[in-house]
This record gives sequence, structure tokens and C-alpha cells, in this order.
Amino acid sequence: MATLWNNYRYLILRRVTQIGLMLLYFGANAWGWSLLMGNLSSSKILGLIPMSDPFAVLQMFAAGAILSADLLLGVAVAVIFYFIVGGRAFCSWVCPVNIITDSANFLRRKLGIDRAQGFRQPASRNLRYWVLGMSLVISAIMGVAAFEFISPISMVHRGIAFGLGFGWAAMLVIFLFDLFVLKDGWCGHVCPLGGFYSLLGSFSFIRVLHSQEKCTLCMKCKTVCPEHQVLHMIGKESLSVTSGECTNCARCIEVCEDDALGFSIRKLVKK
Amino acid sequence: MSQTKIKREPISDRRKFILNMARGAGLATMGGFIWSAYVDEVTASSLLLRPPGAINESDFLKTCIKCGLCVLACPYNTLLLAKAGDNKPLGTPYFVPRDMPCYMCPTIPCVPVCPTGALDEKSVTKNEKLDINIADMGIAVVDQSNCIAFWGIQCDACYRACPLLGVAITIEYSKNERTGKHAFMKPVVQSESCTGCGMCERACVTEKAAIFVLPREVALGKAGDHYIKGWDKNDEKRLENASSKTTTTEISKETAVDSLNDGKGLY
Repeated sequence: MATLWNNYRYLILRRVTQIGLMLLYFGANAWGWSLLMGNLSSSKILGLIPMSDPFAVLQMFAAGAILSADLLLGVAVAVIFYFIVGGRAFCSWVCPVNIITDSANFLRRKLGIDRAQGFRQPASRNLRYWVLGMSLVISAIMGVAAFEFISPISMVHRGIAFGLGFGWAAMLVIFLFDLFVLKDGWCGHVCPLGGFYSLLGSFSFIRVLHSQEKCTLCMKCKTVCPEHQVLHMIGKESLSVTSGECTNCARCIEVCEDDALGFSIRKLVKK
Repeated sequence: MSQTKIKREPISDRRKFILNMARGAGLATMGGFIWSAYVDEVTASSLLLRPPGAINESDFLKTCIKCGLCVLACPYNTLLLAKAGDNKPLGTPYFVPRDMPCYMCPTIPCVPVCPTGALDEKSVTKNEKLDINIADMGIAVVDQSNCIAFWGIQCDACYRACPLLGVAITIEYSKNERTGKHAFMKPVVQSESCTGCGMCERACVTEKAAIFVLPREVALGKAGDHYIKGWDKNDEKRLENASSKTTTTEISKETAVDSLNDGKGLY
């Protein structure tokens, strides 16, 4: 039991928050709970505090919508929150799609698909920034929030709260894409929301810190990391993971048997 | 073997860079067009009834963040969010009056909760108080060939169901010439009063409703600024917006008399 907790504590906590948040949204629609209402695009916490998806609002702005004060307040709350906990903490602690892609990734490792495919990835992880840019350009041209109309993320979280429809197909597509086509395909390569939070997370406070003197170079952390490029310092230097692409999922911390990785607060003043 | 092997020149860095850039731009263009075409297609649905206070459709599609707070606020489960597979603009709120009409709550709970202003509180506020009676969700339209009241059978289900009883739907009496002794009691929708709540569509007794709600842009015509109700002083103001356009055709090049006398094209 102790090892289970030691090896999976963050994973368990992440699943609890992810599923718990979805349950609160679902309960708001099904049973009239008022703790958390709406969905991940925009919510009301306790019927009082607004929180809005900053990327969706950015697209709306590009599309030429008039942004209300309520909405901007919601964006401010979300930006400040993720600024503190790490931009892509959204991806690994909140977003329900993460459960789908993590399962695909887990199966890839268990079935040995990674080894069969080799380590050469056919697409660049910078693709997401292109998709991010494109979603803003298309929003501006078409006059609607372009990504919001195709976003499988919204289909899933909105689907859980308000009825899924064919949203399950979007979930299946992402699962199969990540399992058979591209490792970490959706979350690590394509998703512009992840790209957006990567940019936001470049400045965030809570970061993973590596201590090189404890590291035994087992590389388990790099195997399990969905964004392994952020762990470039492993065994080389004692540094914190400064790349915004790190999702703060803490899988590296759990698999490390040498206690060489842990959460820390980013040093604000560089030495 | 080694002699027949074609030696390839390694690609220069500059060439590689240019090729990669071209590839990126090409992919972005391809993806962009597919994406735009899809978005254009899914936002094209025009026969959709929006919640009260909704701003005009193109602005609504821009502004609605698809959070569903209006859906949660609706006490009658009238409002729905478009699901994948509904073939409606994904995630936006709508209602289907035949299934569940808008019950026109005096407090309009769905409107003030909107965080983006896609549902505009001002448009349903009169004298600084919320007033659902000025809401503008759509307009009821009567299919006169299938409404049984127009056949001469007595039915006033829609008239009775209307929340603005006797105002938004009125009954027009006329003689039934077929029998010679009965009256038609025909429902007539008053377009300036109808809110488009759909209570009439819900109440309609025919198998498929013979009175139904359509968005105003779809159901209503537009006379334009050339046609003025001369007997209405206020209406004459619209004349200021009227523009004039002169068209020239083969015949109208000359004066009317000349072109009649000329007889060109007749012989």
C-alpha cells in the first residue's frame, strides 16, 4: 500500500481531480449542484467566481466578438491560476482528454508499439504552435472561434456535462491516433490549447526540479514523460524544468527511485 | 553493385531550410482550407431557435463560448446544447418548441447568467426591468392548408396556449361559404407581438404542427425603404434611408415614345 501511494500518488490525485471536476459539471446539469457550473470553456464556481478558457476568448477576440467584463474577469482568474500552478497543469490535472491519451500511451508501452515504431517521430512537436496560429487566423477570417467548433476537448467536457452525442467518436479517434499513429500525438503534437498553455506555462511558478548528484541515469523518467524533450537536463545538470511544455503531471517524480526529481518553486531571480 | 549505386549530393542547409518552410506553408494552407470549409459548413444552420435575448446569429456564433450556463438556468429543460451529430453549430444553445417550448419565465433566468453577452440583458429589459414579453426568439407561422381551423373545424388550441393571450395570436372570424351557416375562426399571428416562445407549436393538435416557430430572419420579408405607409407619419421617416438606382436596358436607352415609334426588334 505504501509503495502504491509512493509510486502513484500524483497519478491518483490527478485522476481524482479530473474525474471529480467532470462529476461536478455533470452534477450541475443532472442534479442542480451549484459548486461548479458550466464546463471548461467557461464556468462559475459557487455561483460567484467566473473562470473562462483564455484560448477560447483569444479566438473570440480574433473573430471580432465584443468581450464582456465578466468574461475578461474569468480569463484573468484562469490566467493567474495557471500562471501559478504551471500552464499545462490544465492538461494533466484538469483536461479529460488526458485520461484518453494517457491510456493510449500506457498501452503503447505495454504492447511494445514504441519499440516496433522506433524512436523516430514523424511529426514535430512544434506543430501545435502552427495549429494555434492557424486557429487564430481562421477565427479572424471566418468570424467564429474556429478551434471551438472542432475541438474534441470541448466535445468531451461539454459532452460529459450536457450530453455526448457523437462525441465518443472524437474520443475514439484521439485514442487510436495516439495508440497507432503518433506517440503523444494529440496532447504532445497537435492540441493548440496545450500549445497555448505551454506559452503561458513558460513563466509559471511551480516547476519540477532535478538534482543531478542523486541521479543514477536509469532514464525511467524520460520513458514515462509525455513531453520528454523537457527533461534534457537529466543526469547532466541540476536544473528545474523551465520549458512550458512540461505538464507538471509528476509521473517523472513518481518513477524516480533515486529521489532526483521533485516539485519546487521557480527561482525568480537568476543567479 | 557499388559502382551502379547513384551517388546523391547531400542537400545544402539553405535548400533544406527553404524546402522545410515551403512544406510547412503548404501543410498550413491545406489544413487551413479544410478547417475553414468545415467551420463554414457547421455554422451554416439558419433554422435554429436561440434563447431569449440572443444577439443576431452571426454575432451570436462569435460571442457564445458554449458553456451551457443558460441551459443550466432553464427550469423547464427547454434549452439544449448542440451535440456532435445534431448537425447544428456545435455546443451552442437552442430549443425545439414542439418538444419543449420556452415558458417565458418573468425573471428570464437564462439571460443574466450568460458570461459573454451572447444573450443580451438589455434586449429584454424595459423600463429597467426584465420583460420577457419583448423577447424575440422567432415568430410563429401558420400553415393555412393544414391548420384545421382554416378548414372550418373549430380549434383554438394555439390561441389558448399563447402566453400573450389575444395579443400575439388573434382570431379572425369570417363566414364559411361552404356550409353557409358556420364561421371560420382563423388564428392570425401578430408579428410585432409574437415572441417565438413556441407554446402554440407545442399545443397544436395536428400530427405535425400546423403552426410553428421560425427565426424572424427566415420567416419575415422586408418591404425596403421605398414602400411607405403614407397614412403613418412615423413611417415616412424611413424614406430618408431610401436610395435610388436607375437601370438602363436596350429599350430604356431612348425615351418611351421614341422606342415605341421605332419598333426595333418587332420587325
